[in-house]
Formats: sequence, C-alpha cells, structure tokens
Amino acid sequence: MNAAILINLAYIASAILFIFGLKQLSSPETARRGNLISSVGMLIAVVVTLLNQGIVDYRWIAVGVVAGSIVGIFAARTVAMTAMPEMVALFNGFGGLASLLVGWAALYDGRTSVFIAVTIFLSILIGGVTFTGSLIAWGKLSEKMNSRPMLFSGQQIVNSLLMIAIVAFGVLFAMDPTNVTWLYVLIGLSFVFGVMFVIPIGGGDMPVVISLLNSYSGLAACAAGFAINNLLLIVAGSLVGASGIILTQIMCKAMNRSLSNVLFSGFGSPKTGAQQIEGTVKPIVPEDAYYILEAASSVLIVPGYGMAVAQAQHVVKELQELLEKNGCEVIYGVHPVAGRMPGHMNVLLAEADVSYDVLQEMDQVNPRIENFDVSIVIGANDVVNPAAREDEGSPLYGMPIINVDKSKTVFVLKRSMASGFAGVDNPLFFKDNTRMLFGDAKESISALVREFG
Amino acid sequence: MEIVFLAFILILSIFLGFELINKVPATLHTPLMSGSNAISGITLIGAIVSAGSEHEFIATVLGTAAVAFASINVVGGYLVTDRMLGMFRKKKAEGNK
Repeated sequence: MNAAILINLAYIASAILFIFGLKQLSSPETARRGNLISSVGMLIAVVVTLLNQGIVDYRWIAVGVVAGSIVGIFAARTVAMTAMPEMVALFNGFGGLASLLVGWAALYDGRTSVFIAVTIFLSILIGGVTFTGSLIAWGKLSEKMNSRPMLFSGQQIVNSLLMIAIVAFGVLFAMDPTNVTWLYVLIGLSFVFGVMFVIPIGGGDMPVVISLLNSYSGLAACAAGFAINNLLLIVAGSLVGASGIILTQIMCKAMNRSLSNVLFSGFGSPKTGAQQIEGTVKPIVPEDAYYILEAASSVLIVPGYGMAVAQAQHVVKELQELLEKNGCEVIYGVHPVAGRMPGHMNVLLAEADVSYDVLQEMDQVNPRIENFDVSIVIGANDVVNPAAREDEGSPLYGMPIINVDKSKTVFVLKRSMASGFAGVDNPLFFKDNTRMLFGDAKESISALVREFG
Repeated sequence: MEIVFLAFILILSIFLGFELINKVPATLHTPLMSGSNAISGITLIGAIVSAGSEHEFIATVLGTAAVAFASINVVGGYLVTDRMLGMFRKKKAEGNK
C-alpha cells in the first residue's frame, strides 16, 4: 500500500475520533474521556503525517513541535481558572496565525491555480483577523487594555473601506499569486481588520466575541485545508467552526440581541435608562443576613463575573456546605452570559468542588423562582436586572434574565452602587425585598461563614 | 470537480458539527471551547508538511513557525481541557444532606 493511501485512511480514523470525542462532551461524566479520545485522534494524524514522502528534513519540525509543546504545557499547567477566557482567546489567536502561515507557505508548493490562490487568500484573511482580533480580546479580557468599547466617528466608514480594500487586493492577488506585494498588503490589511473588529466591543459582550473567534480559528484551518488540499483540515476545521457558531448564537440569544448589534453597536458605553427608578437602597449587615439565611430552607446563588474577580468561589462553596448542613437546599442559577466566556462560572465552581448537578441553567431555576427563600446575587448585575423585563426604554429590554426579584428575599453582594457592564441602572437594588450587602464579595461571604461558625 | 468534492465534505462536516455541538450542555461550554480550539490546531499537520518539505527556504521558515503555534494550540488546548474536566465532579456519596 502506498503511503498516501495509508495517510488518508489514518486521517479518516482521526476524523472519527474527533467526532466521538465531541459526542462524549454531551455529558460531564464522559467528557474527560471524550477529550482523551479526541487527543488520540490528533496524535494519529500527526504521526502519520510524518510519513508524508514530501518531507525530507525533520529537524525544523522537531524544533517547532518542541518549542510549541513547552509553551503549551506551561500555559495549561499554570493558568488560573479565572484567567481561562483570556487564555482561550490567546490560543484561538495562535490557531489563526498558524493557519495563516500554512496558507502562506502553500504559495511555495508550486501548484498555484486561481482556486488555490483564492483559498490562500481566505486562510490569510480569516487567520489574520482571528490572530489580531484574539490578541485584542486577550488584552481586554486580561485588563491589559481598557475593556470599554472604543468608538470613533466614521468607524463604520473606515471598516467598510477596509473591507473593500481587502476584496480588491484579494482579487489582484488571485489573478497574480506570484506577486508577493499583494500578499503582504493583504496580510497587513487582515491584521488591521482584526483589530478594528474587536475594539468597538465592550467587556460584557466578550462571551460573544470569543465564541466567534473560536469559530474563526476553525474556519481558518478549514480554509488552509482547501489551500493545501487536505481533507482532515477541512473536516476538523468545520467541526470547530460549527461549534463556535452555535456558541455565538446561544450567547446572542441570551442577550436578546442580534450578532450585528453586538459587533457594531458599541453596546456598553454608558447610557441612561428611560425609567425613573423609585425607592431606596436598603443595606444589610452580615449578622442580619445570617439570621435570614439560617431560617431559609432553599437558597439560590446567582454568580457573575464579580465572583471571579473577587476569587470568591471557594468561600461560596463553604457557605453552601454550611447551609446544607443546616438542612437548606442550595442551587446555583447560572445565566448563559454570566462571566466572560460561555460556561465560565461552571468551571470556577467546579474548581471549588461544587457538584455539577446543583449548577442549573436559567430555564431550570426561573419556573420555581418564587419558592426560593433567599436569592444571593454575587457579582452579577445585568443578568438579574428586572429592567430587562419591565422597562421598554432600557437597553437591556427583552434580554432573558434570572428573575431573582421574584424570590422572597434577595441579597445583592456588591462593591458599590456602580452600574453593570452595560452601564444600565438596576432597579433590583431598589426593590422592597432586596437587601444590599456592600463590600468585597469574598469578604462578605467570609463574614457570613463566620456567623455560621 | 475537486472543488465540488471539497465543498461537499465541508457542508456535511458543518452539519455534523451542528448536530454534535447542540447536545453539549451549557455547563461544559468552556471545556468545549478549549477542546474544540485544540482540534482547530489540526492545522499542525499542514504545517508539518510545509516545515519538512524541500521547497524554498521561506516556506520552511513559515512552516516551522506554524508548527510551533499550532503545537501550542494542540498541546495546551488538550491539557487545559483535561485539567478543567477533571474538576467536574458529582456530589460525593457521603453528601451533606
């Protein structure tokens, strides 16, 4: 059997393993095995690729693999769970850059048709946008950059011109792939476009952006697959592309906004709500909060990004245990866009050893929300803002929220009265059944834990 | 014909991807992202061929850089996903209730 057939048969095996791996991600019980299966698929693909007869020199491959693996191992071992969004963003970016480079290198294969040139153009465009877009997302998520949306007048016009230029140079390049000037211009334009694409997007919308970039990193691999005529790249790349698109849709739906609204509106710049909020804020001290909690028989905890910032997940788990010892049921209500990436809260709570069967989704907790004696909102704001339900003038109007205001008592843990990422006032804080527990989330929960002790 | 063939594979894979990913619960969305990100590192196999082939020197340089970046993606992505998934546990038998 010749090597090419063997390689392609092994690629089929890899594709099957990727598919089974993803399939096993449908339950937390099998997910870890699924990830292992998927990695075996990758290993097979890499090993058989080394049999490719075009490969004459293994030294540079070894250098690249060793260098990349060291960085990868180090990053995976040391990253804090709170920093997961920025790490995934960075990895997306590297994937995009790798695909860009593969597409570029394909130019020197010596088989340049118009079709190949177009696919090279696409891998450079998608890969480049993914790379710089992810770097900006990483900067915003890790707060190395201001996470507020960056808007300037004429932004849409600049972006439109940029797109026209990309298409124009793409056409020039496709007609004459040997002229590297067009190529360099295209790479530059793609990089600029990636930056322009992410800077107008605010920190609260990051779950959408990072899902979308995840999708792009897959599509970039897919385009590179077309450029080098490799089926496994196309299959694996499109699986990832589809995954990112689904997550993007889920995130947009959870905010009741269209993708174009998220990408172009600069949501998150401070706005004033239409409705006048009436009522007074009623602060509470941990002692009094303790008496209410002690008498409660069911408690809903709604975590948000503030919990991650305060690193409060471990003391939250302590509080959960104390409440459970006291005969109280504790459920976590996780909104799809809580945190800075899809599923972020779940990972943090899993790290704190919270069992995944008490982590419930919005649609599971909302129908029984009236039955919770106490809802504790920890560092969440927009996802529990009743203005989304009641105030047609609010920018949040229509967004599905966890209706904590309908539970018997609400504790809101908050550093100060500042508004959430969307810059919208929250009438929840002024409701009769709401008590504000001001201070650092971790401190406040610790104080509650001490009261139990 | 080659284009049609590749497009055919592409479309089917995307549909398969939709079917598979729709079944992933929200609780696993972060590991899904990092795991699928590792899969997107499949571009590594394209990079390996570029880095090892006897083309122009620039292709070798580009290929080697691509191998390094894709390896970060693959190795880091799978390891961190495994680390995360290892944390997802069900309540222990001697639970508190």
